Amino acid sequence: MALPTKLTLEVVTPDRALMRDEVDEVVVPGSEGELGILPGHTTLLATLKVGELWYRQGQEKHHLAIAFGFVEVLPDHVTVLAQVGERAVDIDVQRAERAKQRAEQRLARPPSTADFDFERARIALMKSLIRLQVASRARTRA
Amino acid sequence: MGSREADPARTNMPSLIDLRRRIRAVKSTQQITKAMKMIAASRLKRAQERVIAARPFAQRMLKVLNGLVSYVEQDAHPLLRIPPPGVGKPLLIVITADRGLCGSFNSNVIKAAGHFILNETPGRDVALVLIGRKGRDFFRRRGFEIRYEQVGIFQKLAFGAAVEIADEAIEEFTSGAASSVSLVYNEFKSVMSQRIVIERLLPIPRLEGEAAAAPTVDYLYEPAPEQIFKDLLPRHVQVQIYRALIESNAAFFAAQMTAMDAATRNSAEMLENLTLYMNKVRQAAITREIIEVVSGAAAT
Repeated sequence: MALPTKLTLEVVTPDRALMRDEVDEVVVPGSEGELGILPGHTTLLATLKVGELWYRQGQEKHHLAIAFGFVEVLPDHVTVLAQVGERAVDIDVQRAERAKQRAEQRLARPPSTADFDFERARIALMKSLIRLQVASRARTRA
Repeated sequence: MGSREADPARTNMPSLIDLRRRIRAVKSTQQITKAMKMIAASRLKRAQERVIAARPFAQRMLKVLNGLVSYVEQDAHPLLRIPPPGVGKPLLIVITADRGLCGSFNSNVIKAAGHFILNETPGRDVALVLIGRKGRDFFRRRGFEIRYEQVGIFQKLAFGAAVEIADEAIEEFTSGAASSVSLVYNEFKSVMSQRIVIERLLPIPRLEGEAAAAPTVDYLYEPAPEQIFKDLLPRHVQVQIYRALIESNAAFFAAQMTAMDAATRNSAEMLENLTLYMNKVRQAAITREIIEVVSGAAAT
């Protein structure tokens, strides 16, 4: 079997199918580290962390903010199942900015007895940072 | 024309004015029910789209889980383990709507929950998680033990709401407070019919190893399959609850639409009868007046 030259990338969140498109290259934030996927990649199933996903169509790069979930890789097909997924253009920068401040304030407080809240704040901070990062990329390109 | 009290023929008969008033009232009620039906129909369309949009995620999730089953000792995970008898009590998640005017939508769920409590829980010792105002009000008035409640989440239904409920359920179960977690809600079957569903959520029913039947791909796992499995199980619970929420939401609008449609038709029928009756009364009044005039003329 000849190697496929394109990947079909699908991003699905619990509420909707976010995107489905032909792409040349995908990089996803795997929980063990970034995973670069080119057509013909071996079959793989990996979990994801909060991070930035990007894909390339020709010369054009697109960025998405995603959080948690997993990715299923087939030689010509990549399916990302993420709890949160947002395109760079859809990100509400002000909201992310506020979330970042809130999380930072919470983290600045002395660690309380409940580590759970600390963990939540840490995740919230990570999410907001990724959102801002992805959004800024969309702006610089535009 | 004589006064009403003086006329024995009219004492049992509502006056024309009363009838007109009545007709006007029914008409304005009909307008309201008609409008509510239209609103429910348009919301139903959106709710239905959400149900469909949520399907791919749930399906793929299940597929991956099934593919993983063969790799893990199923009893190993706390969410799969059946607790020893005598530990904790059953937890029931009841999903109703926040509003009424939707036929038997809410009462059916409450009835099913009642049956469950009577039949499945020894000594009726049960803890409840109540989603939706109608169910919460019902069970709170009757003094049930309520662990958690959520009201008003259907207006802006998001996955986050399901995550919160799932976290609560998982916490109850793993801490040993709950011996099992079940879910009762209206499933959206079609616009005309809803079906009450009672589902066991935790411990997660043994996943069928469909892997043998379906042609599976030999994946490279990163991290190890056991780890992925552990990560996925709580998400599986979240997805189940989310699905129940959006199904219930769609079913609510379907039930409301049907109920309002029936109400609109009933009021149309009522209007017809009232109009007919009013005409008869008017006719009778005119006839009587003519008789009065004629007999008066004959007397002179």
